[in-house]
Amino acid sequence: MNPRSLLLHAYVYAVLVFILLPILVILPMAFSETTYLTFPPQGLTLSWFGDFFTDSRWMASTWFSVKIAVLTAITTAVVGTMATYALVRGANAMGTLFQAFLIGPIVVPHIALAVALYLFFQNAGLSGTTLGYVLAHSVIAMPFTVFTVAAALTSVDPALEDAAMSCGASRFNAFRLVTLPIILPNVISGALFAFIISFDEPVIAFFLAGIRDKTLPRMMFDDIEQNLTPIIPAIAVLLTLLSILVLLAAAVLKHMADRNKGAEGQ
Amino acid sequence: MKGPGFFEADGRQMSKGAILLLMGPFFLLVFVAFLYPLGNLLSISVLEPTPTLANYERVFDNPIYATVLLRTFRIALLVSILSLVLSLPVAVLMANSRGPKAVLITACILLPFWSSVLVRTAAWAILLQRNGMVNGFLQAIGLTSEPLRLLYTQGAVVVAMTHVLMPFMVLPIYGALRNIPPAYNRAAAICGAGPLRTFWEVTLPLAMPGIIGGFILVFLTALGYFITPSLLGSPQEMMIATLISQQMRENLDWPFAAALVGVLTLIVTVITLIFSKVFQFDRMMGGRA
Repeated sequence: MNPRSLLLHAYVYAVLVFILLPILVILPMAFSETTYLTFPPQGLTLSWFGDFFTDSRWMASTWFSVKIAVLTAITTAVVGTMATYALVRGANAMGTLFQAFLIGPIVVPHIALAVALYLFFQNAGLSGTTLGYVLAHSVIAMPFTVFTVAAALTSVDPALEDAAMSCGASRFNAFRLVTLPIILPNVISGALFAFIISFDEPVIAFFLAGIRDKTLPRMMFDDIEQNLTPIIPAIAVLLTLLSILVLLAAAVLKHMADRNKGAEGQ
Repeated sequence: MKGPGFFEADGRQMSKGAILLLMGPFFLLVFVAFLYPLGNLLSISVLEPTPTLANYERVFDNPIYATVLLRTFRIALLVSILSLVLSLPVAVLMANSRGPKAVLITACILLPFWSSVLVRTAAWAILLQRNGMVNGFLQAIGLTSEPLRLLYTQGAVVVAMTHVLMPFMVLPIYGALRNIPPAYNRAAAICGAGPLRTFWEVTLPLAMPGIIGGFILVFLTALGYFITPSLLGSPQEMMIATLISQQMRENLDWPFAAALVGVLTLIVTVITLIFSKVFQFDRMMGGRA
């Protein structure tokens, strides 16, 4: 390795240490016996996980977040796939408007959207409700799902559907039996992204929370702001495992999608 | 915005009714959860208590609020520059690596990207606390004799935000670098350019759209950032998002909070429109896995 390349490698690995360090420090603390957060952790215990899984408030907020995230994933997958399909198969003229509507909610800062939704939902009686959260999370997760689905849909030869329709299938059946199986891996990975975006979403959740119904990120925010207990590292371990699982699932789905593409080309 | 190229239309035409039926739910959702609430909030900023621009004048006339705005710009700019300095070499090595090394770097960048912002912010709070690791390290190497106040400072906000937003810089630059045909580098080498000269005169100009795109993305996200400054920053040195939250939740001053949202939204929208050509949203989102 020449000196320049050595320097580049040293610099990059130093940056990667900077990126990983906070996560590598917080995760072991979940197993520490001390009630305050210290590094290196002392002793070995799983009691903080026990505390998390037995505390009714943490559990209620976790299930609330799971419910919102699942509904958000389903909403974005269905609504996003429908709109993307219409766009790719006919409504070309609406492309610019569609993109503006799609990108708008993520270009505008989350704080602006959160405050606007807080005001509107209070008047509409949607504060702290499941429906309110699902609506809000769906608009910010939508672009990720749509672009993932569109990437697959634009590569499906429309002649496949035309052939099915020539054989007497309705457009819906042609989509359901021909196109959907090809794009399904992308639809699912788009839904997975939406799930994670909703599950981790802290800003809108901060403003929309009612007094009783708090999402997991909102509970974590309160804990970090007030006293930062060792439950946070325990949750960090669980959330990191979840992220790894989702990334692995997305990688497997991508592999399946590539194989679909390959099969279609033969 | 981009033309219709990405969403190419082809095949047998659908009827107008079918298109409306398929796109209706999408437009309804965006209207209910984005357009109407934001429009409603912005209308309050100019209509309450009476039709007026007084709420906006307050933002710029009152030195306290003008300072918050300036500080927000300064921190966002600093975070973007630091992110660029840290990200460019990572993206270069990532684009030029194959096999396990490429997987390792990609995983290091993607894992934090998909892990909770709150977890990462909490980790910085632990690292920077009085008896935390950073203070311990500084004392161990003899730089200070007693623990420094690191938490609840602007420095803490800048470091943690750089950490959280860096992946948004690496990925667009990496995308741009991967699109440069390797033949260009070989051509430069054949013409007698060394690796450094090739990088400056061939690679860097071609990667510029990705670099600008990443920089603007980090800058805009940092401008409106709420979580990290709220948890790690000093209440005396607020950024605009925390000020908005305070005006709304503590002072219940809706028209003024709405005007602050208006200023922030206007700045972000104008910058986005100026740079819309370099934003390749489809690639940034679809290519995340």
